Amino acid sequence: MGGGLDALSGALLKAGRVALFLMRILGQCLPSLATPRFLVMQVYNAGARSLIIVMLCGLFVGMVLGLQGYDLLQRFGSESALGVAAALGLVKELGPVITALLFAGRAGTSLASEIGLMRATDQLTAMEMMAVDPVRRVVAPRFLGGVIAMPLLTAIFDAVGIFGAQLIGVGLLGVESGSFWSQMQSAVERRDINEGLIKSLCFGLACSLMAVYEGYHSEPTAEGVGLATTRTVVTSAVLTLVLDYILTAAFLS
Amino acid sequence: MNVAAPDQPVVEVREVSYRIGGRAIFDGLSLQARRGEITAVLGPSGTGKTTLLRLIMGAIRPTSGQVQVFGQDVARLDRSGLFALRRRVGMLFQNGALMSDLDVFENVAFPLRAHTRLPEPLLRRLVLMKLQAVGLRGAAERMPAELSGGMARRVALARAIVMDPELLIYDEPFVGLDPISLGVILRLIQSLNATLGITSIVVTHDVHEISRIAHESYLLSGGKVAAAGRPAELTAADSPVVNQFMNGLPDGPVPFHVPAPDYREQLLGRY
Repeated sequence: MGGGLDALSGALLKAGRVALFLMRILGQCLPSLATPRFLVMQVYNAGARSLIIVMLCGLFVGMVLGLQGYDLLQRFGSESALGVAAALGLVKELGPVITALLFAGRAGTSLASEIGLMRATDQLTAMEMMAVDPVRRVVAPRFLGGVIAMPLLTAIFDAVGIFGAQLIGVGLLGVESGSFWSQMQSAVERRDINEGLIKSLCFGLACSLMAVYEGYHSEPTAEGVGLATTRTVVTSAVLTLVLDYILTAAFLS
Repeated sequence: MNVAAPDQPVVEVREVSYRIGGRAIFDGLSLQARRGEITAVLGPSGTGKTTLLRLIMGAIRPTSGQVQVFGQDVARLDRSGLFALRRRVGMLFQNGALMSDLDVFENVAFPLRAHTRLPEPLLRRLVLMKLQAVGLRGAAERMPAELSGGMARRVALARAIVMDPELLIYDEPFVGLDPISLGVILRLIQSLNATLGITSIVVTHDVHEISRIAHESYLLSGGKVAAAGRPAELTAADSPVVNQFMNGLPDGPVPFHVPAPDYREQLLGRY
């Protein structure tokens, strides 16, 4: 009982600290845009460097959707709806969630360890001593870069996934190409796309925030940086799935 | 700008106490760094030398007492006041603390880009001049990972002086250097002080190196100044702590053994 309470108050305390840190970052976001070069570099780091893994996973997730969706739909004789099923599944759910999980593992860890190493090697302190706010110079561009990169990555994941489903459904299992695409076109609505977009923005915010928070507050030792990286992945993944439930419930209500 | 009188010390630490977690790091510490001089702060590891630097730079506040830099009470400054103060101070970190994602040139240019809007050709000339001063103009395009420890520290020194500071603080500048690099750093500290008139504070435990260039030395022990004076006076002092430190004796007031139960009893398993 006491242990449970301690854990709860610890979690609340951390949530408060993360929220305060977010306020600090948001305050520095506009000033950090004064040098757009840094932001562009971070979008490249978080986005372009995660591209291969996101596309590869998107392809396979789409292909699995093609197999499973076909198996399910043909029991009801409606395999022509495969396009809709795959597209809705990807755009609303699988795209944002899996991209966020991949992002946490690829970009999140690299952000956390990079900032953690800067802490461990006194680079952040040195900036403070040179009268440069490290939150403005280091944290804000990396945070914004992650928030911008996530929806872009999700869109690419969705597109590649739909291509994968088409590859299996149409190419291998013989669903008619015309009905695959036309049903998708008529059934997927703007609000489905928006739902996916809003989800991926929220996940981008959560994952980037956790990565920069853990990195910035890591113990200045090799062990501390390692721990910060681990915590980044774990909290990002949990947060993504919890947020996903909350957002889905909100969109369906 | 708050300009201190010429005879007023650049840094004055008055009766400063600093406690953290119930442990007193400093207990009534007083020292000063006079304009244009090299002041050495000596002491064994763990005496809070780095804490002293953090107090001077305003990164932490004293529990009691006062730290004045350029005549301003550091603890009373808000963040922007502190940042304004720090622009007049250069600091050399133990390991250089170079930005790992920038090359040598950009590292030295970093403070200029952050605080000034100099036209690029002028900025370039300034950076090259500072790199020339530390002998690393030829390494301008290297990344920090491609530098030796001594070179990294020289780049950090070039960065520390690029804003032409009035006060330069060195945190353990000699640690882990080979004799050649050590000689280079020593000569640089001295020539920067002599040619630019920069007031310097050098925190170190390398007694013999610093004694060759320091004007004034303070030896810290037990949260206080154990001895102060010209380096020669320190060597001649008859206090046991000073004697142990200056001559590198393994045992003395700073004991060789960490307090432990009786040796014989513990070996016999009775404890």
